[in-house]
Amino acid sequence: MSAADLALEPAAKSANRSLRVALAGVPNCGKTALFNALTGARQKVANYAGVTVERKEGSLTAPDGQRLAILDLPGTYSLRARSPDEAITRDAVLGKLAGEAQPDVIVAVADATSLRLALRLALELKATGRPLVLALNMIDIAQRQGLDIDVEGLSRDLGVPIVATVATRRRGIDTLIAAVQTAAASAKPVISTWHEPSSAELRGLNRDTERLIKAHVKPPKRPDTWTGKLDDVLLNPLGGLVILLVLMFVMFQAVFLCTGPVSDLITDGFTWLAALVGQVLPDGLLKSFLCDGLISGVGSVIVFLPQILVLFFFIIVLEDVGYMARAAFLMDKIMGGAGLHGRAFIPLLSSHACAIPGIMATRVIDQKRDRLTTILVAPLTTCSARIPVYTLIISAFIPDHKVGGWISERGLVMLGLYATGITSALAVAFVIRKIFWRGASEPFLMELPAYKVPDPWNVLRSVIQRGEIFLRRAGTIILSMMVIVWALAKVPLAPAGSTGPAIDYSFAGIIGHALQPLLAPIGFSWQMSVALIPGMAAREVAVGALGTVYAVSGGDNTAALATTLASHWSLASALAFLAWYVFAPQCASTLGVVKRETNSWKWPAILFAYMTGLAYVAAFITYRVALALGAG
Amino acid sequence: MRRFSDLDVPTADQATLGVPLSDGRKGFAGAIVAVHAGQSSGGLEAAEIERRLIEMGFVEGAPVAIVQEGLFGRDPIAVKLADRTVALRRREARAVLVRQSDS
Repeated sequence: MSAADLALEPAAKSANRSLRVALAGVPNCGKTALFNALTGARQKVANYAGVTVERKEGSLTAPDGQRLAILDLPGTYSLRARSPDEAITRDAVLGKLAGEAQPDVIVAVADATSLRLALRLALELKATGRPLVLALNMIDIAQRQGLDIDVEGLSRDLGVPIVATVATRRRGIDTLIAAVQTAAASAKPVISTWHEPSSAELRGLNRDTERLIKAHVKPPKRPDTWTGKLDDVLLNPLGGLVILLVLMFVMFQAVFLCTGPVSDLITDGFTWLAALVGQVLPDGLLKSFLCDGLISGVGSVIVFLPQILVLFFFIIVLEDVGYMARAAFLMDKIMGGAGLHGRAFIPLLSSHACAIPGIMATRVIDQKRDRLTTILVAPLTTCSARIPVYTLIISAFIPDHKVGGWISERGLVMLGLYATGITSALAVAFVIRKIFWRGASEPFLMELPAYKVPDPWNVLRSVIQRGEIFLRRAGTIILSMMVIVWALAKVPLAPAGSTGPAIDYSFAGIIGHALQPLLAPIGFSWQMSVALIPGMAAREVAVGALGTVYAVSGGDNTAALATTLASHWSLASALAFLAWYVFAPQCASTLGVVKRETNSWKWPAILFAYMTGLAYVAAFITYRVALALGAG
Repeated sequence: MRRFSDLDVPTADQATLGVPLSDGRKGFAGAIVAVHAGQSSGGLEAAEIERRLIEMGFVEGAPVAIVQEGLFGRDPIAVKLADRTVALRRREARAVLVRQSDS
């Protein structure tokens, strides 16, 4: 081929379509960092059709003008898929994934300091017959350790071009792009010889890998000793747990301290905006829709954003440092007692701030059933939106007594509610895993990656990506739910000259009245039943809704509302209401985010059904026991 | 905690093949002589556990050492495996037989 032909060839190609490149590699090999280095900000995050596995694609333009579409495949140790994520990688590589064209070139990404598993995966990838390029990533760390890799020899024996890269510093990226283009241009059609390896074949692949390593890699002169030393401290049986708890405490404090003022500012901003719009528009349904439905709906989505960003900042940094696997190690036994995976710890802890980031954080759990169980129990933990409801009822009904010293009766009730939340979450997980999904538990078998200093740009990009995903997908579902809840509470309008609260005439009122006979056995009056409907928007909205049905004017007047409640409700009813709020799925946003994360309405429906069932039973028992004890 | 697997007295097989990794304490080191899951565990077929262990690098000949233990029942364990560190529960570690090094 002449030089002119060479120049023409890619240009002709780019006119047709871009070159499809897929990145594959074992977990923690720096694949995502390489993906970021290749594509920069030109990334799209979506889901693969029909599954909840995240699809990350980006694009770049090679120096000669050819367009490359880069697909970041889920990390895997083998093409022998064990999880939905790994099945995606296998099917994408083999060209069997519906709606996904087979990649023209596969880039096998390897951590140069830990080559064994990467080389074995590369051997499997080679068997698929697709043009393959091996990216020897983190070569700088390997060099610092004095690891001597004979790249040329390895490349020759493996039969695959190898490019050394440092993704975080963008080193070797242009060479990699050129190698990918060359591999695509010189590709000959080869039929895949890959099939699912048996254990004997896996052993064979391992022997081949060992032979390659022995021939071309000399062990490091200065191996990394930091990881071992840090692990002696961070994985110390007792000390490690203490450090983990301190870290989590700091993370929680940061979430509350950093986001409290910002969230307040957002709430105030949207209240101000609603008031402004309210002044301009005449009274009526349109004004109510814009102010109470749309603006406060958008506000209720945005208000979660600071929490989500701060929480994910911590989670991503801990993940990139390599600590997350250690946290799972430390918590595995405790979580395992409830049938959960060690990695379920962080999502459940996050759910104490808000179930939404908690449910989003379950993505760190690979196995589908482990992840679903965690998603189903996360909303049982005491999220911060329950606090206003708890505070209102407690201040109205629990006397401000000291039980002894500084311990107050109110504080004890609050503590009891928190304890009930976490205990019931673990108990429900136990029931799911030991009764419904018996014997399907994933073995705890995970790599503890070497500690690394996280790359600030990668962290920033990942945090922004989480925020975008939340706003775009969860946000749209949450917003539409908010509008539905608004419509229920406002439409139809109260007839002119009516005396009762307007909500009484709305669908919420109608539904509330209709539900009342059902809720009477648990001690709920019709006012309480009606307040539950707008309270679906978010738990704390129930406080305002109670104010509306009891026609207590003045938004912030919780003290007046508490007095009203104390005169209208029996103690038994109040306790039943508290019990209801421990369990009830009174949060449309959570249902929305579960729909988004599981890609199906089935799981939010199950969540709604079982939580409502639990709430009813708990409120019933509480009410009846309280009545029997004379709290009627 | 049970220190030895189902049999307290090592059988002739175990004596020649090695000790299950699950019986080791922190500091236990040696070379893997066999990876063989005798029974299914946690809903997984024995053969599947074996393949997963091999995929994580538990292969015959590989040097292995227990470097960390959990608080409760000394479970799970973290092992140094060639150039990597891998965490696993003792239940799965039972399938890995190790010839203990003299040191």
